Amino acid sequence: MSLLSVEDLHTHFISRDLDNEVRVAKALNGVSFSLDAGRILGLVGETGAGKSLTATSVMGLLRPPAKVVKGRALFEGRDLLAMDADALNAMRGRDIALVVQSPKSSLDPLTRIGDQLIRIHRVHRDATAEQARARAIEMLTAVGIPDPARRMAAWPHELSGGMAQRILIALALMNRPRLLIADEPTTGLDVTVQAQILDLLRDLVRQTGIGAMIITHDLGVVAHYCDEVAVMYAGAIVESGPVGEVFARPAHPYTQNLIGAMPERLKLGHARTIGGPPPNLYALPAGCAYRDRCLRAADVCATPPADMPLTDGHVARCHRIEVAA
Amino acid sequence: MNAPVLEVDRLVKHFPAPRGLTVHAVNGVSFTIREGETLGVVGESGSGKSTIGRTVIRLLAPTAGSIRFRGRDITRLSDAACRPLRADMQMVFQDPWSALNPRIRIGDLIAEPLKLHTRLSAAERRDRAEALALRVRLTPELLTRYPAELSGGQLQRVCIARAIATNPKLIVLDEPTSSLDLSVRAGILDLLAELKEETRAAMMFISHDLGTVKLISDRILVLYLGSVVEYAPSDAVFADPAHPYSQALMSAHLPADPRAVVRRHVLEGEIPSPIALPPGCAFASRCPVAVERCRGSRPPLEAVGGDAAHLAACLRIAEGANRIPAEALHP
Repeated sequence: MSLLSVEDLHTHFISRDLDNEVRVAKALNGVSFSLDAGRILGLVGETGAGKSLTATSVMGLLRPPAKVVKGRALFEGRDLLAMDADALNAMRGRDIALVVQSPKSSLDPLTRIGDQLIRIHRVHRDATAEQARARAIEMLTAVGIPDPARRMAAWPHELSGGMAQRILIALALMNRPRLLIADEPTTGLDVTVQAQILDLLRDLVRQTGIGAMIITHDLGVVAHYCDEVAVMYAGAIVESGPVGEVFARPAHPYTQNLIGAMPERLKLGHARTIGGPPPNLYALPAGCAYRDRCLRAADVCATPPADMPLTDGHVARCHRIEVAA
Repeated sequence: MNAPVLEVDRLVKHFPAPRGLTVHAVNGVSFTIREGETLGVVGESGSGKSTIGRTVIRLLAPTAGSIRFRGRDITRLSDAACRPLRADMQMVFQDPWSALNPRIRIGDLIAEPLKLHTRLSAAERRDRAEALALRVRLTPELLTRYPAELSGGQLQRVCIARAIATNPKLIVLDEPTSSLDLSVRAGILDLLAELKEETRAAMMFISHDLGTVKLISDRILVLYLGSVVEYAPSDAVFADPAHPYSQALMSAHLPADPRAVVRRHVLEGEIPSPIALPPGCAFASRCPVAVERCRGSRPPLEAVGGDAAHLAACLRIAEGANRIPAEALHP
């Protein structure tokens, strides 16, 4: 059984426009993936593809007008989307932890970091203040904070970006979760700091056997830190598989474009026309959502493509794979 | 050799800090950019990249040092005296959303520099704006739209069109692709590479993304806490960085290829505050090969291996002890 198995997840933004007409933005359109314990999954895609929304949908953190309209998210076999709020609250922060974007705005500015660490532990675990404090110092040490006992008294505004990001990871790990979801954990950090944070995450997964999902738009991070990769476009996963396999033989035209656009693979001066506007989620085309931007689109692409299995766990959702290859 | 467009000599920029203290943002930086040349400026946040970019085109007044633009000393020019120069020196900022007035149409935004710096008639400006839009691959129907109706990539093309409108001799690009998605970024880089060939303008490309810098730059300036640690041709810096900081920086770069072997040196130790810089090498506190001598005085920029084009500021290079030892590299 997978640690986390997301099946056919649909999330819509349902609102009314000025004429009081109902407008539906189909932000997630059948997202399916699974993650095993001890593995790191990289979820990649461009702005608006639905990466963060996938995480917030699974965690039950959506606010109106966003709503899960269909699908399941099985964590150790239990459907998170069917759980009541109390049951979900008990699991979040304990069994499943989320490291959100922008660390500096995610810490409580009026609480010393040590107190924040102790609080999340005592909410979920039956621990004395001393035990919680010891655990907090242990976690600060684990994430490489120098002089952890003294840093317990630090205020969030005293931290650098890299330091704040480590505190968030320490917070996420306080209760020994079995699943860690990290949303852009290193975006905005300097490269030398980025490497330290990612090393830390990888070591944790290797040592404790938890499962982790890293949401990123940086293919370099995926290439070097993830075991599996899932590529999102217009709220759906268009290609997924083992990292080595997907990077060596990307099958979906969108993945090929994305990998070809990395600076290392880029040959300048081709006047390429890729890019293009992101799809309009209010009026997605019938069939493949990528067909307007796809150079290999054909008549068949007006019908929804199915997942095509390629090799060992490598799957792409495209009608024209044999043409792309 | 092409004529130098920008010559910067021992540039210093200080900012006042609370309680009468001083932030030493830029501490004696020298470099030259020639016609048709692109200088990549790399370094971490706080290294002084953007401050240098803004100071050389005189959006900021330098504290000390000199800036020569096409042979003319512009270090001490008043703001009013700088204004006519702006036609020849332009800037593209990181965030196109905040760089453009949201209440002005795209066509007028592109024509704005022409209005300020040329005597073209309104009709001529419109024609030229349309030609510029086509040059940066924007469709003409966008000219009547407002910035909010365009995507980030399109807006950055508008900023580039504005920057090249007056045929400048120097363009400073401060993280021009950092806020853009990968596939959009590729298109912008293509455009910049074409414009570099076409306009022969000197470019200063500021970025923390080493992959992008490598792609577009002829020479590289590596900064650490406001000082140049290495200044060399792009190929040399990426193939064989001499300064230990450059080595650590390059080693932390993750190429988008799972087969590429990455052996990173993880920097430890505290970064000194730019308010209280140490007397010696600013990198010594994190440097794996630093010795006591490094903390005494600031190391000068010197030719590496007798190559006058490749400069680095590290005392350990002459001793052959500048390499980060293999055992300090993590797989």
